[in-house]
Amino acid sequence: MANMKTLAKLVRELEDQLVVCMRCGMCQAVCPLYAETGRESDVARGKLALLDGLMQELFNDPDGVSERLNKCLLCGSCAANCPSGVNVLEIFIKARKILTDFKGLSPAKKLVLRGMLARPELFNRLMEWAPKFQKLFTKPASTAIGTSCARFASPLLGHRHFKPIASKPYHTRVPELDTPAGRSGIRVAFYVGCLIDKIFPHIAEAVVDVLDYHGIGIFMPPDQGCCGIPAVSSGDFETFQRLVRHNLTLFDNNDFDYLVTACATCTSTIKKIWPLLADGDNGFDEAQVADIADRTIDINQLLAPLIDAETQRGSAEEKVFVTYHDPCHLKKSLGVTAEPRALINANPNYRLKEMAEADRCCGLGGSFNLQYYDLSANIGRLKRDHIKASGCSVVATSCPACMLQISDMLSQAGDDIRVKHPIEIYRESRRKS
Amino acid sequence: MFSKALLKEFKTILGHDKVFTDKADLVTYSYDAAVLDPVIPALALRPTSSEALGNAVRLCNENGIPLTVRGAGTNLSGGTIPLAQGAVILTNALDRILEINTADMYAVVQPGVITAKLASAVADKELFYPPDPGSQAVSTMGGNVAENAGGLRGLKYGVTRDYVMGLTFFDVKGERVKTGAKTVKCATGYNLAGLMVGSEGTLGVFDEITLKLIPRPAHQKAMIAVFDEIHNASETVAAIIAKHIVPATLEFMDNFTIRAVEAFSHAGLPVEAAALLLIEVDGHPAQVEEDASRVEALCRQMGATSIQVAKDAAERDKVWEARRSALSALAKLKPTLVLEDATVPRSKIPEMVEAMQQIAARYNLAIGTFGHAGDGNLHPTILTDRRDKNEWERVEDAIAAIFTKALDLGGTLSGEHGTGIAKARFLEKETSRATIVYSQKIKAALDPKNILNPGKIFQ
Repeated sequence: MANMKTLAKLVRELEDQLVVCMRCGMCQAVCPLYAETGRESDVARGKLALLDGLMQELFNDPDGVSERLNKCLLCGSCAANCPSGVNVLEIFIKARKILTDFKGLSPAKKLVLRGMLARPELFNRLMEWAPKFQKLFTKPASTAIGTSCARFASPLLGHRHFKPIASKPYHTRVPELDTPAGRSGIRVAFYVGCLIDKIFPHIAEAVVDVLDYHGIGIFMPPDQGCCGIPAVSSGDFETFQRLVRHNLTLFDNNDFDYLVTACATCTSTIKKIWPLLADGDNGFDEAQVADIADRTIDINQLLAPLIDAETQRGSAEEKVFVTYHDPCHLKKSLGVTAEPRALINANPNYRLKEMAEADRCCGLGGSFNLQYYDLSANIGRLKRDHIKASGCSVVATSCPACMLQISDMLSQAGDDIRVKHPIEIYRESRRKS
Repeated sequence: MFSKALLKEFKTILGHDKVFTDKADLVTYSYDAAVLDPVIPALALRPTSSEALGNAVRLCNENGIPLTVRGAGTNLSGGTIPLAQGAVILTNALDRILEINTADMYAVVQPGVITAKLASAVADKELFYPPDPGSQAVSTMGGNVAENAGGLRGLKYGVTRDYVMGLTFFDVKGERVKTGAKTVKCATGYNLAGLMVGSEGTLGVFDEITLKLIPRPAHQKAMIAVFDEIHNASETVAAIIAKHIVPATLEFMDNFTIRAVEAFSHAGLPVEAAALLLIEVDGHPAQVEEDASRVEALCRQMGATSIQVAKDAAERDKVWEARRSALSALAKLKPTLVLEDATVPRSKIPEMVEAMQQIAARYNLAIGTFGHAGDGNLHPTILTDRRDKNEWERVEDAIAAIFTKALDLGGTLSGEHGTGIAKARFLEKETSRATIVYSQKIKAALDPKNILNPGKIFQ
């Protein structure tokens, strides 16, 4: 098949990275999906062998490999534990692009990614309207966690307990900010991120409050676009590049020390994926992209060194027990683990208690959850069990995507456990009076 | 390839979603961790019960379908590559620890139980399952028994073979065979467990494995001895054994490996050192102190330039972290890594170490040598790129030279990785024509259609 020859040639671009895998199989120990299914095609070694197979022209069509390649959380647990240092995520992302280019984007993904996500202004307007309609189809599920579920049987929503779209996204509450550095001498650009803007606007408010508390100036331009990760994981580099360009233009103001986000996934995408894919070959100024990536920092990491002696203020009689979930995009991708815990510990009303396997993936994996909800939920339930077993009444995590999944799992199990971002906990003790 | 009726029968006994025929699934069961060509099976089966496993074996035999049992697929000699295609039977759904008996100190497991999970479940009950192959985080007990896997503790605690008290397994017709017992002693019938351990899936398919457990050692002490001459280090290994001191672990690392580990983990290893010995003694605290000081004195006497004794658990972890990262560190240097495990009597370690240096020079190859020096089982690790045909020929020659040297010294081709495909053609050199013929007769009698992992051990 001439076509498959062309595909083989395209995949061969990854050959030098593919040969690094020595098939030792150690990824089986850490892959959350493999733990669930026991199928080799679900673990990195199997997927890498399948890409090898495309290169060797073993297949008559790309569908079987494509389907298995997409069945992955992209959590990076394998890469973080790979003895040979295989760049698993880079390979998978690039292979998804090759296969998407080859097969074409599905109509549904085209509509969502190119029709909406790629157009930040339109996307924002749509999301301002959406809350008015969602009440027609959904009803509250858990008041403690703030989740909803489908009012009527719905193929799209299934049994999910989801966090509804906020009635007022953050960008309608505070469209933009431009304040000078205060006593800290630091000024940051605040990249809000879609989930925080549209589902968790109170996290953005907490970020701004805390930055203000520490005398940190904020530059927050309006009409921010998505970081591009949904497009990248669907192999749609066109949309990804469009979004990166949009955001680079917005932040093309060098008058800030850091670009800060409160979303582990956005931070990891900007720091790692932007420099990888927004390269000179695609018309980007690599120095500009590298500069933004270097200056991008997780909110916990920015604040941890600034935590002051406030710790002693108002120490409570009865502490609230909180446990912390390490988002893959923060721990496995960026090695940030101590800082969010430091922020939690800085609030004297809380006591941090570790759960088992705090860094085990929650199972959301972005679009993985949409496509493989049952598997995603099975993996999520393990996380829920660990949270429950910790005996805490609050679980904190630094990624709004993990917050969605954990909320769904706790709500469905009927647990009275609140889900918070460390910045919320930190803010509770640092409100400017 | 198979009739619809036959596939339907497999699905009836295993369940619909436990029979894989899509090429994109089959390709993922075509390899293991050995550097060998993959072979794509025609079928993959994932039984979830003992009955289904036995029935799958029976059905394969009735239809003359070759079958290769696969645990985690971490084999380093090609044991899990389905050479004759046919069916791959996956054991990873048979992963229950059936019993841990603390009063009688044994455990009964299904073949898909992961080694490290067993070790940790046993440790929770204050007992000890010592064999710790490098792949223990993923390797399965069925695979460990089929390959007679070893590990770092072989010197004092032995290998998998030493812990198999009993087995039930399916013969080629799917009939359950029982051997051994849950008793310390058992003198009935043939010692079939002895035959099955290390049989690499060629004589039967494991159903349940009964393993001996021992009390946990009360105390450990670890140390690193640094040498500026490689022969001083290897002679120290031989001297420790000659003095009849038996450390729990006695590992060797050459300069090439030290530099790779240091570049990788920045553990503070002496990169100028010609070789390191990493030693741990364990047991009763008094015995540990005495053994440790005797080992330390012996190291100094044999020319160690410095010795660091781990003062606490954290320092001890650091010692073993350095050793555990050896393979990863080497793996990062080149695309292809060939991990050999030729093993020699311990008194011959100095000669073997020297031979590795000569072989690396003669064939102009990067070879890092580290491993279980205390039990004579070194891991010469050849770093190469299999796509470089010219170099690959030299690699194959070097492997043959390593085997020849090990045999000349009275050793064996494989301490712990098995014969598989990789060493099959050398086996007669280690044994004799008559040994091969005798083994083949056993195989032919027990598996007349030659469907159990054909092509392994013998050519």
